[in-house]
Amino acid sequence: MTLLLSRRALVLGGAVTLAGCDRLASNERVRDTLFSAENFHKWAQRSLMRRDALAHEFRPDQISPFFRANGTANPNTPEYKTLWRNGFTDWRLRVSGMVDRPLSLSLAQLHAMPHREQITRHDCVEGWSAIGKWRGVPLSLILNAARMSSRARYIVFRCADDMGNGNAYYESIDLIDAFHPQTILAFALGDQPLRVANGAPLRLRVERQLGYKHAKYLMGIEAVESLSGIGAGKGGYWEDRAGYDWYAGI
Amino acid sequence: MKEGLVPATAARMVQRHRLSTRLWHWANVLLLYTLFTSGLGIFNAHPRLYWGQYGANFDHAWLELDRFPGWITLPALYNLAMSRHWHLTAAPILIVSLLAYMLWSLGNGHIGKDLLFRRGELAPAHLWRDVKDHVRLRFPRGEAALHYNVLQKTSYTAVIFLLLPLVILTGLTMSPGMNAAWPWLIDLFGGRQSARSLHFLAAFALMVFFLVHILMVLLAGPLNEIRSMITGKYRLPEEGR
Repeated sequence: MTLLLSRRALVLGGAVTLAGCDRLASNERVRDTLFSAENFHKWAQRSLMRRDALAHEFRPDQISPFFRANGTANPNTPEYKTLWRNGFTDWRLRVSGMVDRPLSLSLAQLHAMPHREQITRHDCVEGWSAIGKWRGVPLSLILNAARMSSRARYIVFRCADDMGNGNAYYESIDLIDAFHPQTILAFALGDQPLRVANGAPLRLRVERQLGYKHAKYLMGIEAVESLSGIGAGKGGYWEDRAGYDWYAGI
Repeated sequence: MKEGLVPATAARMVQRHRLSTRLWHWANVLLLYTLFTSGLGIFNAHPRLYWGQYGANFDHAWLELDRFPGWITLPALYNLAMSRHWHLTAAPILIVSLLAYMLWSLGNGHIGKDLLFRRGELAPAHLWRDVKDHVRLRFPRGEAALHYNVLQKTSYTAVIFLLLPLVILTGLTMSPGMNAAWPWLIDLFGGRQSARSLHFLAAFALMVFFLVHILMVLLAGPLNEIRSMITGKYRLPEEGR
């Protein structure tokens, strides 16, 4: 009886305190404090690592038997379907924004550029991980080819998947990650052309951050000075929509 | 008869816990509560655990659970972003306060005087007597009540020097940024998914400690025990009887 009562008291107590936490979190100042932990983690991690510190690269025998896809499995827009039917021969990656030489790159042109191959671990914000072998063009080569302005501070990635109400998925990273040697625009996974579920024809790999930063179905990249005018201004679809951290190193 | 005239209330009040211990204790109440409940909220995003470097839906999970109910998660309604905000706000504070407590307790002699095992304490006969005393709920009285017994020392040192460092380091191992900064983390725990499993197990070990700890406080006299952790003042249980 007493055990039952105390269990109920514990449950009730827990629920009341947690409800208190929820109420606390609806307070603007508390929310701001909770959301600013991101800045601490970004500062701490960037202080602890070299600018070009590499994400761990794995051996071929450590690759996941099946690389799980998440988020959009197929953009399914009429435009994307048309591109897909033609084997993405009409697809172009537009490089624009604060660049002296805007580019429009075909898949064949990307294939002709120098590649990097890396076996890395993909960490979803949900908690699961999958290891895969990626091949693609270092983003730095493309930004240098487009002669990015020295005033640019972020790279924005525009995607083909419509998340509803005409909002396309987008993401952004700063220049530290944009010029990191493992940051590539990948067109192959496991020695095969990227499957639709994994982001065909081209996706971002930004290996020191969580999965939602790795934008799939790339259509364009844009060099910008500030993220404030884009979407709701938080730097990415899930950042705008669900309050995910823009810096996803943890 | 003369001795019987001494009132039972003449029990001695003593200074029991140091300021550092009291501050850290109550900080932990808030921090571990926030971290545990928000951690369960994060776990609910993918309630499966694996061993090794990778692990997702098609891989073998050693544990697969239903989602934890809302009364024990923070926030109550599933919200991965908010759970992460709570968790990642509290976690650095836990790290800093543990390090501060370790240094402070080394400095004021708490670790050396109160937590280190004395000679003979770990002898099987002594251990066995302590276990028997605990099971019979015979708590130390008089001067003996001013010192941690061997089971207390074991659980406190295990929490401070084993479980908390383990839960912190496995937490950091799940961070892709920290993997680049400190690559040895991945080697230490044999992979990110192993670290995630160990993080979960360490969190529940801390929860077991918490439940036993509460039980012991209730059995030993909750008011006296709680007061000693707030003001430091402790009424020494009389000897004999």
